[in-house]
Amino acid sequence: MSESLKVHTAGETLSPPRRRLFRLQSPGWFAGAALLALVASVPLLVIVGHLLIPQQDVWQHLAENVLATLVANTALLLLCIVPLTAVMGVGLGWLTGACDYPGRKFFAWALVLPFAVPPYVFAFVYLGLFDFSGPVQTALRAAFPSMGFIDIRNVVGVASILSLAFYPYVYLMARSAFMTQGRTAMEAARTLGMKPSRAFFKVALPMARPFIAAGLVLVCMESLADFGAVSIFNYDTFTNAIYKAWFGLFSLESAAQLSSVLAIFVLIALVMEQRMRARMRFTEAGRSSQAERLKLTGFGKWAAFAASLLVFMLAFAVPCIQLAFWAWEVVGPDAVRYVSYSVKTLSLGLTGAAATTLCAMVLAFAKRNDPGHVMTWTSRIATLGYALPGTVLAVGIFIPASWLDAALIHLVSGVTDGKVSPIIQGSLGLMIVAYVVRFMAAAFGSVDSAMQRITPSIGEAARTMGVSGLALLRRIYLPMLNKGLMAGAILVLVDVMKEMPITLMMRPFGWDTLAVKIFEYTSEGEWELAAIPAVVLILVGLVPVLLLTRQSEK
Amino acid sequence: MKKLITLSLTALLVAAWTVSAFASEVVVYSARKEHLIKPLFEAYTAKTGVEVKYITGKAGALLERIKAEGANTPADLFITVDAGNLWHAAEEGVLQPLDSAVLTENIPTHLRDPQNRWVGLSVRARTIVYNKDKVNPSELSTYEALGSDEWKGRLLLRTSKKVYNQSLVASMIAEKGEAETEKIVKSWVANMPVAPFSSDTKALEAVVAGVGDVAVVNTYYFGRLLKKNPDLPLAIFWPNQQTTGVHMNVSGAGVTKHAKNQAEAVKLLEWLSSAEAQGKFASLNMEFPANESVKADPVVAAWGEFKGNPMNVAKYGEYQAAAIKLMDRAGYK
Repeated sequence: MSESLKVHTAGETLSPPRRRLFRLQSPGWFAGAALLALVASVPLLVIVGHLLIPQQDVWQHLAENVLATLVANTALLLLCIVPLTAVMGVGLGWLTGACDYPGRKFFAWALVLPFAVPPYVFAFVYLGLFDFSGPVQTALRAAFPSMGFIDIRNVVGVASILSLAFYPYVYLMARSAFMTQGRTAMEAARTLGMKPSRAFFKVALPMARPFIAAGLVLVCMESLADFGAVSIFNYDTFTNAIYKAWFGLFSLESAAQLSSVLAIFVLIALVMEQRMRARMRFTEAGRSSQAERLKLTGFGKWAAFAASLLVFMLAFAVPCIQLAFWAWEVVGPDAVRYVSYSVKTLSLGLTGAAATTLCAMVLAFAKRNDPGHVMTWTSRIATLGYALPGTVLAVGIFIPASWLDAALIHLVSGVTDGKVSPIIQGSLGLMIVAYVVRFMAAAFGSVDSAMQRITPSIGEAARTMGVSGLALLRRIYLPMLNKGLMAGAILVLVDVMKEMPITLMMRPFGWDTLAVKIFEYTSEGEWELAAIPAVVLILVGLVPVLLLTRQSEK
Repeated sequence: MKKLITLSLTALLVAAWTVSAFASEVVVYSARKEHLIKPLFEAYTAKTGVEVKYITGKAGALLERIKAEGANTPADLFITVDAGNLWHAAEEGVLQPLDSAVLTENIPTHLRDPQNRWVGLSVRARTIVYNKDKVNPSELSTYEALGSDEWKGRLLLRTSKKVYNQSLVASMIAEKGEAETEKIVKSWVANMPVAPFSSDTKALEAVVAGVGDVAVVNTYYFGRLLKKNPDLPLAIFWPNQQTTGVHMNVSGAGVTKHAKNQAEAVKLLEWLSSAEAQGKFASLNMEFPANESVKADPVVAAWGEFKGNPMNVAKYGEYQAAAIKLMDRAGYK
């Protein structure tokens, strides 16, 4: 026994890199992470499995007639959304996180509120306001009779809508980076004689880059998976092409082929993000919140105020006012039923958030214990579900679940002679699993970046004192991860509440959520009726979003 | 050990067991929206005491769910809109043949599956709506003619992703073949001043705004819009009266192959096709009743008499994939 131990120790000191691959520090945590990656990859595997079934004619049709447009449209959309959300998120994050100007305290939390508004709601509100028959163009034509029609249903329109919906990801990440690191570093830079603008580009921005990149990756994945907003604008991306191939051409195979192409897009985004992160180390730089804010003066002060106000108006106030108007027109006493939809929406959100955050913590902890390529890829795979269109993911989970059910029922039917209902399918549990797979990236992003800010030496020190495994997590990491965990959980909570396709397909009887009601009305073009559940959803979502800002404020 | 596992699994199952074996109920998966079916289910439960459990969703996703659930599906009845969806459900083998004299009596042949796996329950006409201020109805004749030069920059259509347009083009393929249909669809595309709309309502509103002068829509969208604002300068035109007739589509239902409450499901379906339920089923959405002995809602009837296309709606499913590919080729987004 002691012999073999010695051999191992000798091996370790000789070639440490090999140790990482073949001998894990904590196999238990790795097993947990691997299991998560496995579950997350099941839907993808089911889909990719369909690639093996040849479907020559449909694929050839797609390749000849639609694929080029899809790739161009999708790439163009990302090319517009990334700079838009980067400018909005980083700019506002910098202003509220490191500067001082009128209204700063209000905007700090108010600019997170758009998180509560689902992208499909943005889409139908803005189309209602700005399309040909909307009040804006109608008024403009009345004022200038010679004016033609302006079509907002193009890449600029879609990208603007999605940017308004998704910029808070970047904003939150950038802001917390600027708050914890930027200010101290800026202070140092300024004492060395740098101008504030130069210090921002030379010092603060590079330091915040990994956080900004993490936010942008979430934005890209959300944009790739979006179905509601692009459908309302009739803008062809991979998502609606997948739906069409699947439910129109009835070719699951070609839908799978398109999904695989989409997955390649995602992997590229992930690898790029990893590259940006890998160059940096970002452990906490001391007691940063003590540093002075940069006081804006003169023109800068009011420009900052105007920019913040503009984004707040466009991304929150305007849609809410429009929805309130619509809802007011049609609201009746039967609106009481929305209380029960809200309760269901909230309980699904809470359960989904708890489960997802727990899993994200396992993943982050396993990664902490065994850094290296294996874990990097394991965590990448486990977070891939964020970019899969919800329906694709739901079907990918449903098919294997029904195999499992059939097997279970077969096993049991020998004992019971009566009819047996499915156990797994159509259960809340399965739906929660789908949420975990779908939203792991959101939770993992927060937990992992919080984990990365803890100096590795802390864990090593604890280990030398004999604290390891669960005790290490509970006594050392949990208290320090508190903030990251809360932030991740709240993100997922809001995401689950807004989620539509998985809930539509997988919910058990009686589990209609607010998003389901919005779907029922918008799919019939009944915007006014859809406004009531939309308003309720935003109101219910505001509570966690406000918590989220509190969290980032501390 | 094996016994222990089996026992605990049994306990789990008993716990998860629905009461379906004891109470009278029917389980419905419906792609027809809740507010359009709930009043009928409530009336049925009040009348018979049979509980109707349902979930709503998108047609394709619900069908995938039934397929995945296989023999264990809780669904007894599948309600959906568009004949193409019904046809596809039948082709996928999730529906069972209906042997019901009541249904055969109540629903005309061309609104039923030739193999009786589903029946239509309400009829919607996809027709032409025009701006009264800009179009003289004598200019209008057929769907095909909307591709002629005089409609250049005046025609507004909904997206080709919507199954209603796929069915319309499928019916044209069934009548004229692919080559001629593709020419027609291309001529439509050439006449559209703006990209297709995501909903019929948006297309109609754009006609009002003056972006174009005519749109092809289902009649109930026109009805809803006029109910909200009766002063809109819109009117219905019934096309193809000298030729094939107005394109008709259905919402309908079939009993699932593995229905646990098969008899109850058929009874509910029969009731939905009866004179008692048909009026309400259709008028909730301003549609036409499928049961010809039932009069349409006065609002709907006021749109006038017309000749509908007698083609069996099952054809739309057969040619749906061909229609989608054709529209892709024609550049119809």
